[in-house]
Amino acid sequence: MTMQLDSKIPAGPLADKWTKYKSTIPLVAPNNKPRIEVLVIGTGLAGAAAAATMAEAGYKVKAFCFQDSPRRAHSIAAQGGINAAKNYQNDGDSVYRLFYDTIKGGDYRSREANVHRLAEVSTSIIDQCVAQGVPFARDYGGLLTNRSFGGVQVRRTFYARGQTGQQLLLGAYSALSRQVGKGAVEMFNRHEMLDVVKIDGVARGIIARNLITGELERHFGHAVVLATGGYGNVFYLSTNAMGSNVTAAWKAHKKGAFFGNPCYTQIHPTCIPVSGDHQSKLTLMSESLRNDGRVWVPKKIEDRLKDPLTLSEDERDYYLERRYPAFGNLVPRDVASRAAKVACDEGRSVNKTGLAVYLDFKDAIARDGKDAIEARYGNLFEMYQRITDENPYERPMRIFPAVHYTMGGLWVDYDLGTSVPGLYAAGEANFSDHGANRLGASALMQGLADGYFVLPYTIGKYLSTQIRQPAISTDHPAFAKAEKEVEDRLNRLANSSGTKTVDEFHKRLGKIMWDNCGMSRNAEGLTQAIADIQDLQKEFWANVRVPGGTKEFNPELEKAGRVADFLELGELMCRDALNRNESCGGHFREEYRTPEGEALRNDEDYTYVAAWEYAGENQEPILNKEPLEFENVELKTRSYK
Amino acid sequence: MKLNLKIWRQKGPKSEGKIVDYTVDHVDEDMSFLEMLDVLNQDLIVKGEDPVAFDHDCREGICGMCSMVINGRPHGPWERTTTCQLHMRAFKDGETVFIEPFRANAFPVLKDLAVDRSSFDRIIQAGGYISVNTGNAVDANSIPIDKETADTAFDAATCIGCGACVAACKNASAMLFTSAKVAHLNMLPQGEPERAKRTVQMVAQMDKEGFGACTNTGACEAECPKGISITNIARMNREYFKATITGSK
Repeated sequence: MTMQLDSKIPAGPLADKWTKYKSTIPLVAPNNKPRIEVLVIGTGLAGAAAAATMAEAGYKVKAFCFQDSPRRAHSIAAQGGINAAKNYQNDGDSVYRLFYDTIKGGDYRSREANVHRLAEVSTSIIDQCVAQGVPFARDYGGLLTNRSFGGVQVRRTFYARGQTGQQLLLGAYSALSRQVGKGAVEMFNRHEMLDVVKIDGVARGIIARNLITGELERHFGHAVVLATGGYGNVFYLSTNAMGSNVTAAWKAHKKGAFFGNPCYTQIHPTCIPVSGDHQSKLTLMSESLRNDGRVWVPKKIEDRLKDPLTLSEDERDYYLERRYPAFGNLVPRDVASRAAKVACDEGRSVNKTGLAVYLDFKDAIARDGKDAIEARYGNLFEMYQRITDENPYERPMRIFPAVHYTMGGLWVDYDLGTSVPGLYAAGEANFSDHGANRLGASALMQGLADGYFVLPYTIGKYLSTQIRQPAISTDHPAFAKAEKEVEDRLNRLANSSGTKTVDEFHKRLGKIMWDNCGMSRNAEGLTQAIADIQDLQKEFWANVRVPGGTKEFNPELEKAGRVADFLELGELMCRDALNRNESCGGHFREEYRTPEGEALRNDEDYTYVAAWEYAGENQEPILNKEPLEFENVELKTRSYK
Repeated sequence: MKLNLKIWRQKGPKSEGKIVDYTVDHVDEDMSFLEMLDVLNQDLIVKGEDPVAFDHDCREGICGMCSMVINGRPHGPWERTTTCQLHMRAFKDGETVFIEPFRANAFPVLKDLAVDRSSFDRIIQAGGYISVNTGNAVDANSIPIDKETADTAFDAATCIGCGACVAACKNASAMLFTSAKVAHLNMLPQGEPERAKRTVQMVAQMDKEGFGACTNTGACEAECPKGISITNIARMNREYFKATITGSK
């Protein structure tokens, strides 16, 4: 049985919805807030910002991260920038234009009301960050400067050299640290959430494992916020941090939270290519490089391994400029990635593995000088050289697409509430704002929007119903039951007497996912992948080897639990991709494409959010649909030509 | 290539540790140092031995989670490079490599190469912020900041909080870390109101955590993977002097 989901979008004209909502939702009085406890899982942009802001408001907050410090969450690695509709460049930007670009960039698969709210609060984010001391790039006049990003024709991206995520996260971390210092937030470093505790159908707490001692802990909260990031590591190789995982979101899913559009994965076009089997992760080269770098491959297959410096302009195919003259090298990520795949599939890749194209700064250096390029991208060029031992000032970079971000995530309504009352999801962990493809510099925007300006309001609507709810003792049988289940599973992993390492299973899962549910997908491959993953799940539980015990510092045990969850998620992603008989954004089904090879949407049948419901072990998940209604934007074929 | 590793093994915070010898074969020069340790750990797991615990996360040199001292140097032989960005082409076939944890009283060893750096968090909690609640901010361009000041503040703000400065210092001083944050915030107009209080409180917390004093040897700057300058320490000393002499706390 599928059900229609209530997205709780407020009535009224698009541009008034958020303002009216904020002015009319019920509030929690200041004297009640200190009695209300909120658990925030994850301390990246969304989590740290939400924890700090809710503590400032007076709630009692506990925050959790698996890293050794909240400052290390993977938001820190975002390079290029953060979008905001400030129109400081006077180039025609506006809230509506940012809204429109985001809807179009997402290939018309996101909610108008959410995206408009995101565009509205974007300007406050920049103000807030500057007030915190975030050192954004400035002009000589002392004012903020901007750069362009893909899929957009205005300059609205604020940046801090090539390490914008670091500076924004350190801003949120400082706000969080201030509240920890005051005692308003209790911080739990090196803790991993291993289950949600539900009482009478409502989220009331979590089971967390202290990663140093291995002890399980019970924590009560009137509400639980998951800000636990994306699940790109299901592919084994991705630009995510090694610890990035789906476990918290997946446990929530198994406790009743629907999973929205799991197949929407962003494959980022400019990453350093794989060098060998030992590879543990892939490194991104910021999209901002496409402002000055030109992407090309040789025209002739036989030239592909020749020294690029010997190839004349006539022998090069600047394929993005040729195929998409209006946007050129700044087409959105999904388009750029697919074009790179096409060039490589044609046999024109520029390295031995057959998986690389050039990103060339020769013309930019000739035009602006080496110093100017170094000022813009110095740290990225350094990183490239360290990894590849090649000098990008002298030779074109070699790049290839890699898994980078997941637009899918826990289904949430306008309040950022999941389908479990009291359980919220913010940032990359939710599915909400990017549709089928995220535009560059929009992840930082969404993480901070959710954390600073959306969730602290929307959760108040729920918490206002909780003021008479006393804290529930963690001796409650629901906590004991959840803890027992977690413990049993940990014991099962630790006592497994198999022969294969966790990494071996993870790599095999990653290969299945990349080959069948990666840059292009088809029904046959997806069907086979589902069967292969099911086999791999069985083999994992029968034959994995996890050294050490559960009551100790045991990184292999942590990994094993996460890979077990990735194995289940991977299957759901393939099911979702198989269900969606269209191509949209990052989801490219080979059966559905235009004669020119571009993505072919099917608006009639698939203008909906696929919200998957867990139905129990070895049961097929249930598909619920949230129809997407476009009242302000006309659905068009996305064109960057 | 093949490497002989001498790795510090320590079961827990209270256990005694020792150097244990390992060899790894099939090391590719394109591997990162941590990928070389991955290879070692996979072998150990298959052999039924306890893998080497080490901290790491982003593996692109920005999260600051990886640590370890390689051949006596925090983050190993390459300048301005974290362990995760160090590649094996830095080593020769047959070389012996010593791998130890960051050592400081304020960074107790948790297991093997992983240490507890929560003392850094507490230094930030003592004052490494600007007190501005969400929603209180004025328009971003109403605070012009000259480019040179903004760029200098940025240079200080790029600290990744890894702790290499402490590990490099013979006194295990945290002055470079603390001063980078003090300099970043005190230089900006937004940080001005809390300037004195911030400096005094962060220094007090640093002392309380058991970090040593600074004797200006400059080892911290030499080993810092982000090239944070010791001029920040000089700046913090001036700030501290001014704050204490004027009696502001």
